[in-house]
Parts: sequence; C-alpha cells; structure tokens
Amino acid sequence: MPDLISALQLSASEATLAVGGLVLLMLGAFAGEKSARFVSVLSILLLLAATALAVTGPLGQAFNGAYVADPLAVYGKALIFLSSAVAIVLGDGWMKRTRIARFEFPVLIVLASAGMGMMASSGDLISLYVGIELHSLALYVLAAFHRDDLKASEAGLKYFVLGALSSGLLLYGASLIYGFTGSMRFDEIAAYAATNASPGLIFGLVFLICGLAFKVSAAPFHMWTPDVYEGAPTPVVALFATAPKVAAMVLIARTLEGAFAGSHDQWAQVLILISLISFAVGAFGGLVQKDLQRLLAYSSIANIGYALLGIAVGTTLGVQAMLLFMTLYVIDQFGFFALILSLSRNGRPIRRIEDFAGLRKDRPVMALVLTVLSLSVLGMPPLAGFWGKWAVFGAAAEAGYWMVGAAGLVASVVAGFYYLRIIKLMWFDPAPEGVEAIDRSPIEAKTIAIAAALFSFPLVMVALTWLEPLTRAAAVGYGAG
Amino acid sequence: MPQIPFILSVVTFLPLVGAGLILLARLMGRGDAAGAARWIALVTTLATLAVSAVLVAGFDVSSAAYQFVERYAWFTGAEYHMGVDGISILFVLLTAFLMPICIIASWTTIRERVVDYMIAFLVLETLVIGVFTALDLFLFYIFFEGTLVPMFIIIGVWGGANRIYAAYKFFLYTLLGSVLMLLAMLWMAAEAGTTSIPALKAFDFPAYAQPMLWLAFFASFAVKMPMWPVHTWLPDAHVQAPTAGSVILAGILLKLGGYGFLLFNLPMFPLASEMFAPLVFALSAIAIVYTSLVAFRQTDMKKLIAYSSVAHMGFVTMGIFAGNDQGVQGAVFQMLSHGLISGALFLCVGVVYDRMHTREIALYGGLTARMPWFAAIFMLFTMANVGLPGTSGFIGEILTMTGVYQVSTWTALFAASGVIFSAVYALTLYRNVMFGEITNPAMKTITDVDRRELLIFAPLILGTIWLGVQPGLVLDYTAASVEALTSAYQLAIGG
Repeated sequence: MPDLISALQLSASEATLAVGGLVLLMLGAFAGEKSARFVSVLSILLLLAATALAVTGPLGQAFNGAYVADPLAVYGKALIFLSSAVAIVLGDGWMKRTRIARFEFPVLIVLASAGMGMMASSGDLISLYVGIELHSLALYVLAAFHRDDLKASEAGLKYFVLGALSSGLLLYGASLIYGFTGSMRFDEIAAYAATNASPGLIFGLVFLICGLAFKVSAAPFHMWTPDVYEGAPTPVVALFATAPKVAAMVLIARTLEGAFAGSHDQWAQVLILISLISFAVGAFGGLVQKDLQRLLAYSSIANIGYALLGIAVGTTLGVQAMLLFMTLYVIDQFGFFALILSLSRNGRPIRRIEDFAGLRKDRPVMALVLTVLSLSVLGMPPLAGFWGKWAVFGAAAEAGYWMVGAAGLVASVVAGFYYLRIIKLMWFDPAPEGVEAIDRSPIEAKTIAIAAALFSFPLVMVALTWLEPLTRAAAVGYGAG
Repeated sequence: MPQIPFILSVVTFLPLVGAGLILLARLMGRGDAAGAARWIALVTTLATLAVSAVLVAGFDVSSAAYQFVERYAWFTGAEYHMGVDGISILFVLLTAFLMPICIIASWTTIRERVVDYMIAFLVLETLVIGVFTALDLFLFYIFFEGTLVPMFIIIGVWGGANRIYAAYKFFLYTLLGSVLMLLAMLWMAAEAGTTSIPALKAFDFPAYAQPMLWLAFFASFAVKMPMWPVHTWLPDAHVQAPTAGSVILAGILLKLGGYGFLLFNLPMFPLASEMFAPLVFALSAIAIVYTSLVAFRQTDMKKLIAYSSVAHMGFVTMGIFAGNDQGVQGAVFQMLSHGLISGALFLCVGVVYDRMHTREIALYGGLTARMPWFAAIFMLFTMANVGLPGTSGFIGEILTMTGVYQVSTWTALFAASGVIFSAVYALTLYRNVMFGEITNPAMKTITDVDRRELLIFAPLILGTIWLGVQPGLVLDYTAASVEALTSAYQLAIGG
C-alpha cells in the first residue's frame, strides 16, 4: 500500500488531470452547452494546478518503473500544461465568435494533457504507447472539432488515418524491442542493449523512431501536417504546434538517450537524416505557400528538424539545447496563432499571406508583432528564435556535427525568404483597395500575440538568464531518482 | 576630462533611447509627428557624437589594451562585455560623426513615413556602434546580424523603383555569409571554453581547424566588405537606397567587414591568414582593377560610386592581410577616409538627384556654370577619391601599397595601376557631369547648394583635408593596437 500511495504522489499531476477531466465532462454533460465558458475556466485552473503539482512534487520512479518523475519530465510537463492552458484561452474566444461553444473542447485538451504528461514521464514501452494514444485520440477529435467545416473534417480524418498508421509502426517497433530484449523498461533495455546490440533491436528502434517522428511532424513523416494545419480550427492548430510536440520531443529524448544510449551511433544516423530532410522540406516547401497556417506547418517541419538535431547530438548539452529551443519556439508559435486569431475582416480570418499587404496602415501594432515573430523564427539575433538555434547549433558544433549544422543554417537562409516576404507585404506594399475594414481584435488573442512578441524581444534577454539554468538542470538531472 | 560612467553602453544605446522617444512622441500623437521625429533624431545623434567625443578624448593612446571595459555575467555561453581599442574607437567616432549628417541630409528629402525612417536610422546606429564596442562573441554577432533588419527596411521602404529586389538581395546575400560565421563562432566557443574576444585572441586555435574557421569568417566579412566576386549585391543596394542609406552603407556598413577581419581573421587564425593571404591579394587586385573598369562603363552615378567603393575596399583587404604595420595602419586609415569620401560622394549625387530626379550621367553636363559651389565640393571629393596627395584618400592608398609591397610586389603593382584607373573613371564622371555645354534644358534652372547642404558638406570637407594633411591624428590612435596586432601575427607565423 505505501507503494501505491507514493506512486500516486509522484503522478499526482496526471492523476489530477485525468480525474479532473472526467469530473468536468460530467459537469458539462449535466449543465449543457451554456457551461462551456465555466468548464474552460475550470480546465485552465486544473492545468495550472497540475503544473504546480508537477513542479513541486517529489522525484522518483513509480509503477514498477513505468512512470518516471525527473527534472526532464517536470520541465516538459510544466511547458506542456501551460501551453495547453493558453490553447484553451485562445479556443474559448474562438468558440464564442464562431458560435460553436462546446464544453468538450477544454475537456478534450485536459485529457490530451494527461496523455502528454504521461509521455513526458514514461519509463517503459507500455506507458509510452498509452501516453501517445491517450493524447492522440483526443487530438483527432479536436482536429475535426469544427464539424460543419469540410476542411476541418478532412483534417481530422487525415490526421486520424495517418496517426493510426504511425501508431502501428511504433507498436511494431516496440514489440520487436521487447522480443529481442525481453523487457519493457527503458533501464533494462539499456542494460541489455549495452552488451548485445543485435540487428533486430536496431530494426525495432528504427520503427520506433519513425512512429515518433510522425508525431512531431518531421519529414519524411510530415505529410499530414500542412493539411491539418490548414484545415483544423486555429486554436486547435495552436495546440498541435506546441504541447504535443514538446511531449513527443521529451519522449524521444527519454527513449533514445535513456533506453538506447549505447546505440547512439545507430540512431544518430537516423535522426540526422530526418533532420536534414526536415530542413530541406521545411525551407523549400514553405516557399510556395499562400496560406499562413500552411506556411507555419512547413516552418514547423524545419524547426522540428533543428530540435531533433539537438537530440541527435547525443550529449547533455544537446538535450538542453532541444529543451531551450522548444520553449522559445512554443512561445513564438502562440504569438503567430494568436495573431491569426486576432485579425479578421467581417468575421473571416485573414489567412492568405497576400492579405497581409499594407497591414502597417490599419494595424501598426499587429504588423510590428508579426514582424518580430517572423524575424524571431527566421533566427535573427537578438530575438528569441535566434537563441534556440544558437543553443542547438552550439551543441552540434561542440559534438563535431558541424556539417549538419551548416546544412541547417543554409536551409534557414532559404526559409528566410518566406519570412521576409511577410514583412515585405506588410511594410513595403500598399494596402489593397476596396476590402472590408479589419474587425476589432479579440482582446485575449491580441494580448497573447503582443505578449509573445514582447517575450521575443526584449524579455528573452532576461528570461534566458533563468531559462538556461533551468533547461540545464532538466537535461542533467535526466533519470534522477 | 569628466568621466561618464558606463560610457560605452551610453554611446551604444543612446540612439536606441532616441528611437524609443520618437515612438513615444508618435503614440502621444500630438502635433507634428514628422517634425518631432526629425528633431529628436538630430538631437540624439548629436548627443551620441558628443559622448563619443568624450570617449575619444579620454582614451589612452599609449596602450594597446581594451579600454572603458564593461563586463558582466549574462548566462552561460554569453556575457555582456564591451570595450574599445585604438582601432574600434575611431569607427565609433566615424559612425557617430556620419549619423547626424545623414539625418540632416534626409531632412527635406524624406517626406513619407518620417517617423519610421528616423527610428530605423537610430536603431541602425545603435547596432553599428555595438558591433564596434562588443567584446563578446555572441554580443558581436547580435549587433552584426541585427544591422540587416533596419537596412532591409530602409532600402525596401524608401528606396527607388527596384527596391524590393535590392532589399531581398542585400538581406539574403549577407545572411548567407554570416550563418557560416555563426557556426564557426559556436565551434570556437566550445573549443576555447570562452566567448570573450580578447581571450579568444590569445587562444591558440589548432592548425587543422584554422583554415575552416578562417573561411567561415571570411565568407561573412567578404560579403559585407564586399570583395570581388561577392560584391554584386552592393551596386543594387546602393542604387535603390535613399541618399542617407547609401551614405551609411558605404560609410559604415562596409567597414564592418574590414573591422571583422582585424578582429577575428588576422589575430585569431594567423596561420590560416598567412596561408590564404595570396588568395586575398589576388581577389583584392582583381577587385581594384576589374571593378575600376566596370565603374568606368556605368551610366548611373550611384552605381559608378558603388563600384568605386568595391575597388577602394580592395586596398583595405590587401593591406590587412599584408600583416605588417604599414599595411594594417593603411587599411584602417583607408576605411575611415573612405567613410568620409564615399559618404560625401553619395551626398553629392543626392544633391543633383534631389533637383533633377535622375542619376543618368548622360542627362547632365555643364553644371559648373549653374552650380559653382557644388562644382568645387564635388571636385574636392572626386580628387580625394582618386587619392590626390593632401587629401585623406592618398594616405590610405600609399600606406596599404607600402605594406603590400613588402609582402607581394605583384599585388602592389596591380594596386598601383588601380589608382590610375580610378582617376580615369572619376575624372570622366566629373567631366561629363560638370563641364561642357548645358545640353539638357531642364538643367537651366538648377540651383546651387543651399545652406543646409553646405552644413552637411562642411564637416566632411574639413575631415578629408585635415586627415590628408595631418594623418597622425588617426595613426597615433591606432599605432599601439596595430603594433600589438601585427607583432602577434608575425610571431605566430614565425616571420
């Protein structure tokens, strides 16, 4: 019994989310549609509570090693839960404006967060798979949440079918690994793999990586990303772009650096290949996009390539760089999606890139925000995005992967073109004639967009002084307890 | 002399404060925002000039060490570290000196979006001065890269007809150069375990790594410089930029490349510098001869001066990699003097462009009759550009050639021929624009330079002649730092 109690203490944040999510579901079901606002507020509080529990909770292993609470998991969870909370804030305003207020929206995000927390904390193959499925199922539904919208339904279906395929790949890999090592637990797999790196194990590992690469939308497993980004409702995409990616990146770091630390030479090759393809697809694919959310999908593919490079390096510095990169990236992404949500003409969102022409005339502040965010993702110093790349390429250079780093940096120059195009349209081109005026920006989206831009510059200069030690502690303290 | 605490931070960030004030004035939204922006920008740049004058006055010329050092921990992997030596302090002064001139030059010619324009210029000033004062690897990179954004906006918003193309070309070209530098910096930081530039100068980088690192930095600075054959962005950017943008581009931004060579390539990778010196000499000689010939064929005044800039930067690169006292002294002098002269020449083009709205050489002619004052000013700067003794242009060229002669006679030979070519294109330009009959009837009503324009030219004329007659003004400041740099270099290559 004391075992169970300490295990529940360790996993208090996920338990809170799971139980809380179910309670909120009941509440919503009985109170009806009008309770959407109330459930949203409660969900945010629940996520904040889960963050607090994760941060202040004890460290250690639970459930026979299936669940690990270490600094890496805690850092990942704090980022995941807070991102989910922001997505609910964005979603709440959006639902009100599109008049499809439904209480399921926040509840699904809460349940997905429980799954993502589980991913960040997983210590064996079972909890890895359960965590992934728990969050994926909720996200499939969210992708198709705007069910009267053809594109949203298409996005949900595509995401589901391809997601199921990747789960299959992942399970197949997991079963191979189990078959060859005789254990599900990462630490036992690591002990076995250190002495007997059989081809079958590597085979399973590659399948596992492919499945995980799908979840983070790394090329060549990125096919779903542009369509889902374009079709799914904007607040849902804001969630997709942030929390699940963090969870999957932490999971990849945990699996590869933990269970397969001895096979670094093997999996580093796979990850580097994936990174290189992602750089190229992200940079060149983005050049021809006309829809901002589709563009962001390609941008995310390239950026995930950078984050994966951090893991591929295989050092503590690399994991730290990945965490720092993802943190700064998540904030930029929220800025972008909040900005999209805050601009509309007569209720129709401004999504086509051409429609941003002359934005400085109508909305100078928003034009400035988009400029800062674009430059940040482009990697212009001293904006936030630069420091993410700085960390990743620093780790790569330190470990001797400077050729890959050079490829990534050159790709970022190619990608620079499409970020510059947005800036050019806003600042150089005249506003189009005869279009409807831009609507009043919803306050919550506007606030988040401006806050993200302010974080990008100048707050990041201060934030780095504590983000840097935090990410280092998370990367160093990996597996502690 | 009164000492100002944190003087380097003050001189660096004062323009940024001015930009903030302009933004504030705009947000308050009362009265004439454009007028307020102009005055705030002028006062800020003059204040920056005053502070940098105090800085220069308080500088100890006998020491080669970095002075006015400010160093604070930031986070692991970067620190806030500023300081100036005898070389960089003069570039700070040059920047602070040219900026008020640019603001006055744009006083009436920029009418659209004045607030944005002034903010972009002030931000640019902060970034450029930051490049010259930063002593941390990544702090340097922040400032160095940061200059792209305001310049992109200046070209893209206030440029000529083909401005978008020029802005993209400028941005992507220079970005591609500098990302490789970033990678080299990251490697160096990991290898040496420090990001402090003085410490890195003392660090002995392994011989096998030096060529790669050297090339990475070279890629960035050669594009900025610009050296042949990566100079093609420059004429486009110049032609499309507004007059003041061209002044800043030619006067200051081009110097970032030369300054970078002096800060990184030569002191940190001496073995590679010696190894690649013939390459640099060859490229410099080609730049001097080839771009002079190209300049001769130009029909657009600004393009002609832009190509002439490339040729003059050839002297700088060859002087730096000669690696001896005369060469490096001459290179620094040439950069400072070119900052004044090319800035003045672009302003001269601006004067006639503002009146006639064309830069086609063929449409001009016979201006001496209508604009005697302008003719005298333009003549002075044309001569300075050619390198007439008595102007600052001469000192830089003769010193760099003396330096190079000791290392590579052939390079000096080609460089010397370049001096003649420069006389050919510059004097042809002068003859076609100023002498002869007035063929274009529109020129009959052209007016001479007004008081505002004289005010702009006065300090530049003074500087060009003063430095030409008394080069010791500059050379005394740079002597100790250059001596330290070259003796360390000669020691490292065993010469």
